[in-house]
Amino acid sequence: MWDQEIRAMASTHAILASTVFVATVAPKVLLRGFSVYGTHLLWMYCMAGAVGVVNVSVFWLLGISPPTKKHTVGYKLSRLVRSCLYLFLSCLFFHTVVVLYGAPLIESAVETFSLAVLLTSLTTLRCLCVLGPNVQAWIRVFSRHGAMSVWDTSLQITTGTTVIGAWLGAFPIPLDWDRPWQVWPVSCSMGSVIGFVSGLVAAPTWIHYHRKQLTYKCK
Amino acid sequence: MQRLQILSLLLWVCALFYVGIYLFVGGFLLVRLEVNRSSTCEDVLLPGGQQRDFCHAKPRFRRAVLLVIDALRYDFARFDRANAAPRHHENKMPVFEETVSSRPLHGRLYNFRADAPTATMQRIKGLTTGSLPTFIDVGNNFASSAVLEDNLVHQLVRLGKRVVFMGDETWELLYPKTFHRSLPFHALNVRDLDTVDDGILRHLYATVAGDDWDVVIAHFIGVDHCGHSFTVDHPAMAGKLAQMDGVVRSAMEHVQNDTLLVVMGDHGMTDAGDHGGESRKETDAALFLYSPSPLFPGPPSKDEPQVVPQTDLVPTLALQLGVPIPYSSVGQVLLPLFPPHRSQNRTGGLGQSEALWINVKQVNRFLKTYSSMAKDLPENSLSKLQVEFSHISAEYLASVRNGLPPSPELVVFMQSYLTSVRETCQATWARFNLLKMAAGLTVLLFACLLCFMLSELSRVLVNESALLKANVAAALSVGFCVAVGQLFVWGHVEVAWCLAATALVSELMAFWWAYQAKASTATGGNRAKAQKRASWLSLHSFFVPPLVVLLLRDASLFSDSYVIAEGHVVTFLVFSLALYVPIHLNWDGLLLSPNHDLHKPARPSPVALSPVAIWKESCTLLASVGLLAGSLYLSLFFHSCWEEDQASCKPSPFLTPLSRLQDGQLKNVHCILALASLSLWTHLSRRWLRRHRILDSSGGGAAFTARWILPLLSMCLGLNWAVGATPEGSFRNVAELIGMAQVALPRTIFSLLGIGMLLLWLDPLTVFLKTRTAAAPGPPPPHYRATISIGPRTELHHLVPPDRARRSTGDGKSGGGRAEMDGRPAVEEAYGLGTVYSAPLLLFCGLLGVGLLLLHPEGMALSFLLLLLETGAILHTHASSATLGHLHGRTHPGGLYVPWTPVVLWCLSATQFFHATGHLSTFPSIQWDAAFVGFPGGHASGIALPATLVTLNTFSSHILFAAGCPLLLFWPLVRGSSWRAREEEEEGKDFAMETRLRENPQRFGSALLQLSARCLFVHGTQLFASACAAAILRRHIVIWKVFAPKLMFEAAGFLVTSVFLLIGIALVMRVDVAVGGRFKRFIPELSLAQ
Repeated sequence: MWDQEIRAMASTHAILASTVFVATVAPKVLLRGFSVYGTHLLWMYCMAGAVGVVNVSVFWLLGISPPTKKHTVGYKLSRLVRSCLYLFLSCLFFHTVVVLYGAPLIESAVETFSLAVLLTSLTTLRCLCVLGPNVQAWIRVFSRHGAMSVWDTSLQITTGTTVIGAWLGAFPIPLDWDRPWQVWPVSCSMGSVIGFVSGLVAAPTWIHYHRKQLTYKCK
Repeated sequence: MQRLQILSLLLWVCALFYVGIYLFVGGFLLVRLEVNRSSTCEDVLLPGGQQRDFCHAKPRFRRAVLLVIDALRYDFARFDRANAAPRHHENKMPVFEETVSSRPLHGRLYNFRADAPTATMQRIKGLTTGSLPTFIDVGNNFASSAVLEDNLVHQLVRLGKRVVFMGDETWELLYPKTFHRSLPFHALNVRDLDTVDDGILRHLYATVAGDDWDVVIAHFIGVDHCGHSFTVDHPAMAGKLAQMDGVVRSAMEHVQNDTLLVVMGDHGMTDAGDHGGESRKETDAALFLYSPSPLFPGPPSKDEPQVVPQTDLVPTLALQLGVPIPYSSVGQVLLPLFPPHRSQNRTGGLGQSEALWINVKQVNRFLKTYSSMAKDLPENSLSKLQVEFSHISAEYLASVRNGLPPSPELVVFMQSYLTSVRETCQATWARFNLLKMAAGLTVLLFACLLCFMLSELSRVLVNESALLKANVAAALSVGFCVAVGQLFVWGHVEVAWCLAATALVSELMAFWWAYQAKASTATGGNRAKAQKRASWLSLHSFFVPPLVVLLLRDASLFSDSYVIAEGHVVTFLVFSLALYVPIHLNWDGLLLSPNHDLHKPARPSPVALSPVAIWKESCTLLASVGLLAGSLYLSLFFHSCWEEDQASCKPSPFLTPLSRLQDGQLKNVHCILALASLSLWTHLSRRWLRRHRILDSSGGGAAFTARWILPLLSMCLGLNWAVGATPEGSFRNVAELIGMAQVALPRTIFSLLGIGMLLLWLDPLTVFLKTRTAAAPGPPPPHYRATISIGPRTELHHLVPPDRARRSTGDGKSGGGRAEMDGRPAVEEAYGLGTVYSAPLLLFCGLLGVGLLLLHPEGMALSFLLLLLETGAILHTHASSATLGHLHGRTHPGGLYVPWTPVVLWCLSATQFFHATGHLSTFPSIQWDAAFVGFPGGHASGIALPATLVTLNTFSSHILFAAGCPLLLFWPLVRGSSWRAREEEEEGKDFAMETRLRENPQRFGSALLQLSARCLFVHGTQLFASACAAAILRRHIVIWKVFAPKLMFEAAGFLVTSVFLLIGIALVMRVDVAVGGRFKRFIPELSLAQ
């Protein structure tokens, strides 16, 4: 049971990581003039879209999401609406936080919002897939004893590394090296993607080595 | 509480830091006074009082062309025929060698040795004043970089010579509006090798060929930039040097017989292309002198000097061009350029001995003036030089009177005199003292570690008073021994080394002492605690997020880009730390609903699980974090700009004083905003005081200050702004009144501030005393309790029903002492003890804030309001997280200790608001207007007062945050929010707030010591990091522009912070003494307990 779950998670992560890889390489092959720095917005949206689609479909197929109590169409619809609302609010939230961190307010608002969308697709979307549209559960997951399954733990790790990656990505911006990746928001978005991928790698590894210590309460 | 013990411990730590700063700065910053006198033609510089007009005699050369090639190292200019495989920088300028060998009388190449610091600006100053510029030339032009000291350019211009300049724009900064014609060029960045050089070449030859000039100065920058960008041995360097070779060739062709051509480098460079220090490669530049007419009397002789100090150029050029030698030049004329004896027809200019004599007299005059102004030149060498001079003078005048040419010995003697003057000055002004720097860094590092140790071991160390005395005594005696030793070995005492020895011994002993204390508690105390203490210096305790943030902040001081962007960097870090607080609480399961904690062991007390309380506290916390984030973001709008960033950054419009705003509408908006924020500032502080019933307290200086002085102060300030904002000339008939108000109002504010502080110090108690006649039977119980923030005063009575009062004292600790109270007819009830410590401190900060605001431009009132909001937000965040911890039973309710996170937040906010009040770590950005607040006509005498005003203005945020630091300790107790009051009321407990501190003097003392030690640690590590950056990067291209000013500001900020921290602590102690006195009157046995 244990190993099976870990293996399932590891393969899901492998799929996600390869999605990240494909989302960078495929447009380069298919589109003329595509480059990560040059057409950065396009890259960000490719990444966000690809990760989002793969996330949703994988979790749908695996059936990780908490089972719904009612099966009426109206209930499902309201869940869908709430999910979309949460996603949008999360974009706004990330946008606000990034602006508060010192991003330009007006000048490159589109870039900032795209970064927020990317961060949402890397973090909030996974929360939605794993936990459903339930803010209480989200808050619960991010506490020391809040994880209730392997998936929760992996969610903790990937979200943490993604956010820390984006945070670290801001560090080179003030330096006077005049590199193309120092332009806002290239370093931050790249940092968050690198953080995401390393989280994908780190989560199964960490869980594998700590599986003796991990005990989950039932949901 | 061991008041004296804590204060002396802190004072001792601060003193250690001061010694460290003194040592490091003494070794790193070379300070020299500028003598602002000028030489004139009337100076009797010629022998025997011969009143010949020196300036109007025909000079040897009418014109001169100075080609300065930045960083032209001596070996770039050499040509070695034997070198078969020259590297990129070798053998690229054969022109010098060719000229010297083919026409030895016309040109010569010298090794032109620069003095440290070998930075371009200092070198240009040196090459024109003939002196040894240091990083800080203390003069009266701190605000701009223009040279005011007497120099060659000014002398030339004064005598009507037309000086034409082209090239690197540094000259234009140093000599604004001085040149006859000026063509400054701006290099885009350090990789731009050609903009400046090509600009010069477009104009140089045409200018030289024309007749509209007397002196042309052209400064080429390409070689230097090539070194910085590509290192020395690079194909680009070969190209650049070859280009310069061509330039020199064409210049030689263009100059005429009456013109002197000087080609020189201002400094060299290391093989990596850096400069700034004093290695041979950095100091050795090339100097080439050439004239189409024979320049030298003979071919180069063997005993002719090969190395020419850079100071020697100024007197040589001055005498060759017929202008007086600048006043503060310490150079020596280049003798080979002068004929051995004065030629009879008087066209060849001065002879060797004449020139030397003029030179000697001028140098001696400068030395006399300088030593009367400053004491940094050593006494004994000065007196020795004076003796030498009188000897020379006597001999020279005797030979002139006899009509004989001076003997060759005298010439040698004069030369050696000039050399020794130069060496004396150089030893004082132009050398990094690496040993002193290292000693300073060591002392600083140990002081930081000591602070960390104090903060971790405050519980133990607060008791050991005898050890500090022993430590200081031993250290002082070691210092004394070093002094005596120096006296025996060297013959004189150098204070710096005695201090270094004292500080180091003291620190090492303190570590030993801490180790001992730790060991003794480890054996005595219980096991778990001992273990906890044993690990106080483990790596684990360093890597908590607040300290990681501090580490990042320290690391950011090592990069010039981060120092330039410091305001944003610090805001970023503070915001990160602010976000960390709720995330961390949530991670620990303390935030919001506790429902998932049910399977944990049961809580110690039922109070702890009240969900409403947790919900409320969590909301308060999140709201405070939100407020903190908002004020952080808004504070970014008050930043000023670096000179480099003018293109991309605009200084905040609020930095312009109202009187300088042109647009009337804008002026009104600014004025209203400023007045609104000022009244909000006053209102908020008064509101807090009213909520805690301070304004009701009976009599007393503090209450009076709060009730009257604070509002009066802000009214005066508002009036002052209104008066200051009146446009000039608009109210002609009341102009006199306005002028008077501009003097009177600020001075009123200063004096009100003084009175307020004095009253606060004399009577800091904000306690409302009530005497009640004993109505109840039995002995009247003494009762003290804190105020609760609900209801007006009359309601307060009813909160203390007599029977409850009796009960609470019945099981209190004053059981046996009641008998002594029997004689008293009345019960005294004291209200307001709950905020007895924080109220005076808050009042002090409020007063100080208004006073400091006076020194700022009016628009900064908004920024000060943000500061107030931010401090409130930090305090509330801290208090809420402490309460949440308490509610969940995680922390001990009586735990007074302030964790790292709020301390780091608090101390970094000081730096953040340093920037948000429009300051930068550069000298030109200091707000000099502050010096004239209340003194619009300037200061009559002394610089102490204006310097104080400017310091207060510059470090206002440091001051406010340092003085308010103890609030971090009090806030969780003060804001023990009303729900807790009610709950504890129901339980029959006494709601104590800050009186809890009184009950626990031991813990109070150690918590206070820990808090201040942590605060000093945070500031100390920043100081240490910036000192390290300055020491390690002392060869960096922007060391004098970025790192050295940063160090100065950091050091000054530390000084101010530590002083005001001590003042804040002292105020707390003062309150403690006063409360102690009061308590003695109430409950004598309580005061006996301590």
